[in-house]
Amino acid sequence: MFVKKVKLRAIFLLSFLTIISIIIFLILKSLEENVVYFFSPSDIYNKSNISFNKKIRIGGLVKKNSIITKKTSINFIVTDYKNEIIVTYNGIVPNLFAEEKGVIVEGLLNDKKYFVATTILAKHDENYMPPEVASSLNNIKN
Amino acid sequence: MFKNFFPNKIISLKYSIIKKLLILMMLIFFVALAFALFFSPPDYIQGETVRIMYVHVPSSFIAISCFAIIGLASILNLIFKIKIMPIIAKSLAPIGSVFTLISMVTGSLWGKPTWGVWWVWDARLTSMLILFLFYIAYIIVWKLISSYQTANKISSILAIIGLLNLPIIKYSVDWWNTLHQPSSITLTSAPTIHFEMLIPLIIMLLGMVLFLLIIFLMKYKTELMKIKLKTGNKKY
Repeated sequence: MFVKKVKLRAIFLLSFLTIISIIIFLILKSLEENVVYFFSPSDIYNKSNISFNKKIRIGGLVKKNSIITKKTSINFIVTDYKNEIIVTYNGIVPNLFAEEKGVIVEGLLNDKKYFVATTILAKHDENYMPPEVASSLNNIKN
Repeated sequence: MFKNFFPNKIISLKYSIIKKLLILMMLIFFVALAFALFFSPPDYIQGETVRIMYVHVPSSFIAISCFAIIGLASILNLIFKIKIMPIIAKSLAPIGSVFTLISMVTGSLWGKPTWGVWWVWDARLTSMLILFLFYIAYIIVWKLISSYQTANKISSILAIIGLLNLPIIKYSVDWWNTLHQPSSITLTSAPTIHFEMLIPLIIMLLGMVLFLLIIFLMKYKTELMKIKLKTGNKKY
């Protein structure tokens, strides 16, 4: 009698959990575009329905030797090693903004290859190490 | 070991034991902070900002594990009606919520100099905020509903729903593009954090877990005594 009751409660709870997780999964799936914080250049390249007058965010790495600083603006290329987007920005870049480091730019697309940024965020990756280790790693690479 | 968490053991728990744990905790924190603040190296990109990580990562870890325990205790509570489970869960909730808050505050203190913003609505940060709201809701249910049985049921269901948020927090950085970086320490591959930084991090985690245990024991004891006062000396 007691065991049967426990079993019933377990089954009830399990089905409750399954239903809720399916609901959450469906919600997240349908909101995918909004849950994603930024698009990669390849996402933009493959997208068919791009709105050019809506603010979006693009993320990737700053391409090596692509930063051109002018008097009031800065130009650089965001790449994911498959596709690239040229970004122009008026303002001060964050301290951690550097070549071959992650960056997220917020602003408007002019066309699929050209982006006007209003905000720049530096993205930090999951690697943590002391400066000496980083420089010796660099020496090995070169 | 589990027997030590039985009510009569806890109620007779002497303050001297807690005091010993406190001294041990202070010693661990002394070593951990010395390493975290002085002897560990700065990061090659972030510089000294990396020291925030020694508080941020352990508190996030505890915030999530605390809710995992609350959720599991709630499941055991609903299915098997084990009477101490809701009290364990109830005692863990405030401390877990404080660690969630610490994690979010230190995170935004780190985010401003690193990313350039205090807060963004990316998947990791948002799911962490949802965890905090679950904690708050859980505590409020216990505070506002006067009938023990009703509060017990509603809070358990709430905790079980909140349990589903935990994998979302954990895997948010892998499933979606986020501003938050992916995990540096994983079960499957070598940590991408240098051991000179990993060691202070682990000692810090140890200290914080001990802190959690102490606060939990004190709170748990208080909750048990409250019930004992209410129900007389009935066996619990």
